[in-house]
Amino acid sequence: MTESPPPWLKLAQGHMNQTAFFAHLKGEVVGFGPGRATMRLPYGPHLVGNPDTGVVHGGVITALLDHTGGAAVMAALKEPMAIATLDLRIDYMKPATPGEAITAEVKCLKVTHEVAFVRGSAYQASADDPVAICTGAFMLMRGIASPLLPAKD
Amino acid sequence: MDLIAQARAAGETPDLDALIQAIPYCRHLGVIARLDTRGVLLELPYAAHLIGNPILPALHGGVIGSLLETAALAQVIYEARTSGLPKPVDISIDYLRSGRARTSFARARIAKQGRRVVNVHAEMWQEDETKPIAALRGHMLVDFSET
Repeated sequence: MTESPPPWLKLAQGHMNQTAFFAHLKGEVVGFGPGRATMRLPYGPHLVGNPDTGVVHGGVITALLDHTGGAAVMAALKEPMAIATLDLRIDYMKPATPGEAITAEVKCLKVTHEVAFVRGSAYQASADDPVAICTGAFMLMRGIASPLLPAKD
Repeated sequence: MDLIAQARAAGETPDLDALIQAIPYCRHLGVIARLDTRGVLLELPYAAHLIGNPILPALHGGVIGSLLETAALAQVIYEARTSGLPKPVDISIDYLRSGRARTSFARARIAKQGRRVVNVHAEMWQEDETKPIAALRGHMLVDFSET
């Protein structure tokens, strides 16, 4: 049986796209739900961590994977609620190629009453050749106002 | 980076804040670095663009990860006397408390220095260093070829 996604999920996607810090990095949501999210971060001079090579800062990948992980969790929830990253492990497989956008794809593997678990990767040319892979856990803050509920545009 | 190589060649400690300001992403976040008796201390003044949750409001997890990783990087350059920028291999971040809309600080220490890889631990806090908001543990590849 297929169900159409509830309206708050659409709001959640918009929220993840407009999050202040994500907007500051100039990232964009390109895929959302069910239980997974894909984000794209175009290359830009503001992301550079090594001015000699133009390679982006590791924190850029961390931020992108954290944000995409949070979105994957939201896209797996049955009702809106605030979430918070509990832990995040990242393996940097190779430096990101300067000048190319980075795509992050994260899947939410499990949602329990308190915690949701995610796994994903960041890549450029091919998903089979990741720049980084991640594993993370997010706390579900049931009963605490979600950024989605007072939907302010 | 030239800044590191030049300082090393002159037998000096690189100017850590000049180094941080030479990294565009750190400037984009607004990171400030200084040295004190314990090593490199990073400061990140609050700015609206650092927010991840507008309701609480709370700093974005990616901001926290970025500051911790920068603290680890800066401390490794300073303490391990690398000839270039260390390359992160893996990091694990524990988020301990929500990061509020106020100034944050971070510092790191080297837990183990090998010839090729360094194990580094970093902590980030706001008002009270004994109440960290997040901690990082990670490995970085280091290059001593020119030192």
